[in-house]
Amino acid sequence: MGLLDKQFTDDNIVVTKVEDLLNWARLSSLWQMGFGLACCAIEMMATSASHYDFDRFGVIPRPSPRQSDVIIVSGTVTLKMAIRVKRLYEQMPDPKYVISMGSCSNCGGPYWEHGYHVLKGVDRVIPVDVYVPGCPPRPEALLEGLLKLQEKIRNESLVKETV
Amino acid sequence: MKTPEEIYNLLKNKFGEAIIELVSDKPAESFISADPLEIDKICSYLKDEKELEFDSLMNLSGVDDANGEKVNDENDNEIIKGGTLSVFYHLESTILKHKLTIQVSTDRDNPEVASVEEIWRSADWHEREGFDMYGIRFLNHHNLIRILMPYDWEDSYPLRKDYQNPEFYKGMKVPY
Repeated sequence: MGLLDKQFTDDNIVVTKVEDLLNWARLSSLWQMGFGLACCAIEMMATSASHYDFDRFGVIPRPSPRQSDVIIVSGTVTLKMAIRVKRLYEQMPDPKYVISMGSCSNCGGPYWEHGYHVLKGVDRVIPVDVYVPGCPPRPEALLEGLLKLQEKIRNESLVKETV
Repeated sequence: MKTPEEIYNLLKNKFGEAIIELVSDKPAESFISADPLEIDKICSYLKDEKELEFDSLMNLSGVDDANGEKVNDENDNEIIKGGTLSVFYHLESTILKHKLTIQVSTDRDNPEVASVEEIWRSADWHEREGFDMYGIRFLNHHNLIRILMPYDWEDSYPLRKDYQNPEFYKGMKVPY
């Protein structure tokens, strides 16, 4: 786990690696860019609301891509919207992460065959870190997706190549 | 309040040839079939006539009748040649509490229907959608551009029965 399992040598001193500190700081305040596109957005909003309380993981919805760390693509990405998703993703500062929420955003969902207007998976335009399955996923599933992303960030390194 | 039969007789007396028939053998409400290029004059009459007063266009929808000849093109995809596309108008008079359905059929290879946008403003976006999805050109519409599909979508209309999805749109692969 994060910092707390590290050794305490003195009252107010924690010994840890810079990398762990940076990763811990980053994963504990993932500001999300709300990108609600369809019914998944309702579940995403429910996750942010008091019952599931996304805020306890440091997730705060931001209205601007320039202040966000993670974009949660929740809903059907149409071809028209795909261009906008890509542009907004490009406007986010590095390091940036993508959670693809729900079947539509993962692979086209129910529109996979006859959806003439639907992009069959948002990973065709932006690189996705975590896929959350479901139609729509329950808030617990989205929380699990966020925890997976936190795990990924926790294991990142400044020096060695991470997958 | 008037029945479709009574309205049909009124219209037949007024417009003659432009009113084709009253179709009542379908398992739905009966409708009046009319000439696509005269539909604006007919609708204008339906709205203004004191006995009728159809003040509301509830819905305007396109239909691909798919009644043409099915042939295979050079890539072995089945396409439809000839036949008709239809437009249905669902009218209601909120004053006299009666309803009417009108249908016009137009040539699939050159689909042209007179616009009723000047008569009911709600027809504006409905006609744009008809154009977007079926390629029906509504004559005298003030802004007949695509409404749902991207403006630069190639010359194809998704709700036609022989529609083929393009392979790519702006570098994004479209099929699954």
